[in-house]
Amino acid sequence: MKKLLKSTVAALAIAVSGIAAHAEGKLAIYHWFEYIPQELLDKFSAQYNVEVVMDTYDSNEALLANLKAGSMGTYDVAVPGDYMVEIMSNEGMLDTFSPSEMPNFENIMEQWMNVSFDQDRKSSIPYQWGSTSFSVNRDVYSGDINTTDIIFNPPSELQGKINVLDTAGETLTLASLHLGIPQCSTDREQLKVLNELVQNAKQHWASFGSDVAKDVLVSGDAAAGMIWNGFGMKAREEGANIEYAYPKEGYIVWMDNVVLLKDAPNRENAIKFMNFLLEPENAAAVTNFARYTAGVKGVGPHLDKALGAAPELNPPAGGNPQFVQACSEDVQKVYDTIWTNLKK
Amino acid sequence: MAGVASKGGEVRSDTYRDSRTWLLLPAWLTLVVLVLVPVSLMLVYSFLTKEFRGGVVWEFSLAAYDQFFCDRGLFGDEPCSIEWNYITIFWRSIWQAGLATLFCLIVSFPTAYFIATRPQSTRVIWLFLITIPYWVNLLIRTVSMRFMLREEGPVNNVLVWIGIIDDPLQMINTSFAVQIGLFYSYLPFMVLPIYAAVERYNFTLSEAAADLYATKYVTLRRVIIPSIQPGIIAGCILVFVPSLGAFLAPDLLGGAKNFMIGSLIEEQFKGNAGNWPFGAAASMILLSMVMIILTLYARQQSKALGAGS
Amino acid sequence: MGSRKYNIRAYPGFIHLTVLCLLILYLPLAIVAVYSFNNSPSIVVWEGFSWRWYLDVFIGLESAKFKLAAKNSFIIAIIAATVATVIATFSATAMIRGGRFRLRTVSFGLISLPLMVPEIVTAVATLIFFNSIGFERGVLSILLAHIAFCIPFSYLPIAARMQGIEDTYEEAAQDLYATKRQAFTKILLPLMMPGIISGFLLAFIISLDDFIITNFVKGAGVETLPTAIFGAVKQGIKPNIMAISTMLLAFSIVMVTLSYLISKSDDKT
Repeated sequence: MKKLLKSTVAALAIAVSGIAAHAEGKLAIYHWFEYIPQELLDKFSAQYNVEVVMDTYDSNEALLANLKAGSMGTYDVAVPGDYMVEIMSNEGMLDTFSPSEMPNFENIMEQWMNVSFDQDRKSSIPYQWGSTSFSVNRDVYSGDINTTDIIFNPPSELQGKINVLDTAGETLTLASLHLGIPQCSTDREQLKVLNELVQNAKQHWASFGSDVAKDVLVSGDAAAGMIWNGFGMKAREEGANIEYAYPKEGYIVWMDNVVLLKDAPNRENAIKFMNFLLEPENAAAVTNFARYTAGVKGVGPHLDKALGAAPELNPPAGGNPQFVQACSEDVQKVYDTIWTNLKK
Repeated sequence: MAGVASKGGEVRSDTYRDSRTWLLLPAWLTLVVLVLVPVSLMLVYSFLTKEFRGGVVWEFSLAAYDQFFCDRGLFGDEPCSIEWNYITIFWRSIWQAGLATLFCLIVSFPTAYFIATRPQSTRVIWLFLITIPYWVNLLIRTVSMRFMLREEGPVNNVLVWIGIIDDPLQMINTSFAVQIGLFYSYLPFMVLPIYAAVERYNFTLSEAAADLYATKYVTLRRVIIPSIQPGIIAGCILVFVPSLGAFLAPDLLGGAKNFMIGSLIEEQFKGNAGNWPFGAAASMILLSMVMIILTLYARQQSKALGAGS
Repeated sequence: MGSRKYNIRAYPGFIHLTVLCLLILYLPLAIVAVYSFNNSPSIVVWEGFSWRWYLDVFIGLESAKFKLAAKNSFIIAIIAATVATVIATFSATAMIRGGRFRLRTVSFGLISLPLMVPEIVTAVATLIFFNSIGFERGVLSILLAHIAFCIPFSYLPIAARMQGIEDTYEEAAQDLYATKRQAFTKILLPLMMPGIISGFLLAFIISLDDFIITNFVKGAGVETLPTAIFGAVKQGIKPNIMAISTMLLAFSIVMVTLSYLISKSDDKT
C-alpha cells in the first residue's frame, strides 16, 4: 500500500511538472477572438523559440474587467481599442518602453504616431484599425440600409432578426449617434432618452453576441447584425449575401493597439512580439486574416488583392466617423446601469 | 445506492474506529479548504465595495444587495423602490427550470415505469441506454441541441418537409430553446430516481386496486403515483436545482438575451460587468434558495420515513 | 387472478414515450456524429462522406491547441480522480466501518457539499478564494478545484460497495492474527475494488467534462478540452468541433461500457 502510494505520488509529481514545464521563453497574450492567424503565432514561436499562449476576450470592457479582477501579472500583452488604452493607462495598468527597444518602431505610420490615447506611443503600438456599424442580409431586406434605424427602429422585415454586439461601449455609442446626442453626455434628459431608445429597440433584437456576430449572419440566424467591418467582410466572403452599412447618422471608427501590460511576466518577449508585429509582412498577415487595415508602413505588397476593392474597407467620403470616448465616472455609471437594465 | 445518498451509508462495523479521525482528515481538509472556506469568503466578498472600473476594495458595503433589491433610478439618486430586474431574472430562472422539470417529468415517468416493468435481464440494457448520453459532455450536448434547433437545422427541415409548417420556426434564441436545452441536459436525472422507486413498488397493490374495480388510470393516480412519490420528488430536485444555476443553455441556446441566474453571475466575473461583490451577492442568494429547497426536501423525507416505520 | 383480461402492469403509450425519450436523447448526438463526416466546410449542406475533419483535428492548424487542451484535460482528470478516489476510500472506511460517532452526519454533509452547491456558485467561490489568497491560476488551481468536487462522485459508489461487504471476512482475518492494517489492505481493499474502480471512473468523467468551474479558475492560456471547445463554438459550430465531439462521445461510451462490464462481472462472483 505504501509502495503504491509512493509510486502514485511520484507519478503525479512527474505529470504535474510535465504540464508546468517550458516556463522559460514564454509569452502570454490576451487578445480579441479570431484576430490573429495561428500561422503567425507559430512563426513567432519558431523564430524566437518562445512558447506562445493566448486567451481571448470579446469586448474592451471584458478585457478591462478580467485584468482588474486579478489577472494582472499573468499576461504580457493585450490588444485594447483606442479609448480602452486611455482608460487602462489612467488606471496604471500599462508599462512603458522606449522606441530604441524596438527596431521596427519607425514602421508605424505617421498618422498613428501621435494619437490622443497614447502620445508618442509610449506603451502601445498600432495593431489594426477599422469601423463598427452593421451588415444587412440583402435577401431579406432590400431597402436603404445606410441609417441607424436598421438597428434601433428596424423595418418589419428585420424585426426580431437582429444581433447586437455584446459591448456597452460600441452599442451605446451607436445609439448616441442615432439620437444625435453627444457621447458621454451629462444631460439627464438625453441619457433618459438614450435609455428609452435601447429599451424599446430590444424587443426587435434576437440576440446579444460579439463572438457570434459573423456566424449568425452566415448561417442566417440573424438577418442584420452590428459588426466590425473586417468581420463583416469575412461573413460576406463566407457566403452571406450581406452589405455593410455606412449610416448617415454616423458610425464608429477605432484603432486596436498592442499594449505592454504592467507586471508582464515576460517583458522581453513581449517587446520582441510587438516588434515582430511591426514588420510589414507580419502586419499584412494580420490584415489578410482579419480583413481590417494595418497601421504599419510598407504592408502594400503583401496584401490580398480582394482588400483593395472591398466596400467594407473603403468608406464613402463625407461620412461621420466617430471614435468612442472614455466617459467620466458619473456618466460611465449611468451607462453601466443602462446596459445592465438592458441585458437583464 | 439510495441509502448512501441520504445518510452516507449504513454503519456496518466499528473495525477502524481508532483510525477514523485520520481516515476522514483528508476529506475534511480538502473540502473545508476548497469548498467551505471559499463559500464563506464569497459571503464576505458580497459585502465589499466595488471599485469603479472593476476589482474590489476591502471596505464594508451593502451596495451589492442594494443593487439587487433597490431601484434607485437611472442616476442612482432616487429613494429605494423595489428593483424588479433581478427578481425578474430569478423568477425567469425558476420558471424556466420549473418548465424543464415538468417536461422531464412528463417524458421520464412513463419511461421509468416502462423500464422498471421489463424483465430483469433487459432492464439493465434500457437503463444503460438512458444513462449513456449523460456521460457525454454537457457542452457538446448543448451544442448539438443548438445545431438541431437552428433555423435551417434538422428539426425545421423535417417539419417543413412533412408539411406541418411552411416557414422555418424561430426556435434558437428563445425561451423555448432554453427550456429544451435544460430538459435535454438533465433528463436522465429524472428517469433514474423514478425508476428506482417504481422498481421497489409492490405490484400487488395494483392488483388489489384492480380487484376493487379501479380502472387502470385510477390505479395510476390513486395508488402508483402516491407510492412512488419520493422518487418523483427526488427526480424533480435533481433536475430543478442544476437547471436553476445553468449557464450553458441560456448562453448557447437563449442568445444571451434573456438572462438567467447563471448568466447573470457569469457576466459579473467573466463578462463585461466586472462587479465581483454583486456577483458574490447573487451567488449567495442562489445558494440560499437551493439550501432552502434541499432543507424542505430533507424535512419531508424524514417525515415520510417517520410515517413509514 | 389469471382471469383478469388485461395486464395490470402495462399502460398503453408508455413504450412510445420511452422510444420518444431515447430519440430525444440520441438524435442530436447522432446528427452531430453524422455531420462530423461531412465533406464540406459548411455545416448545412451534405457533400458526401469524408474523414477530413478528423484529420483536421490531428494535423490541422488548430491541432496543437486541441492536443494541448486534451493533454491538460486527461492529466487533470487522472490526477483529480486518483486523489479523490483515495480520499473517498479513506472516508468511506471511516463512515461505514468506523462505528457511529458524533461528527458522522456532519462529515457526510461535508462530503456531499459539492453535490448540493450549484456548480456556478462553487465556481465563483473558488475563483474568489484563489484570487484573495494570491494563488496563481493555472493547471494547479483547476486540479485542486476538480479534486474537491470529484470527492462525492467517488464516494457514492465506494460507500455503496463497502456497505454491501459483510465484515465477517475482516473479523476472520483478525482472528487469524492479522493486524487491522493487513485486514484493510489484504481483505477489504481487494473486495472493494469494483466500487473503487467505478468511483474512479465516475470522478474521471466528471472532471473530464467540467466546464463551468474550469472556466472560472483557469489561468492565462491554460485550456482544457471543454473550455477550448466552448471558445470555438462561441464563434459558430464548425465541423472539426463535431469531429472532436464525436470522438469524446465514443470515448464516453467505451468508458461507461467498461464500468458496466466491471460491475456486471462483479455481480456474478
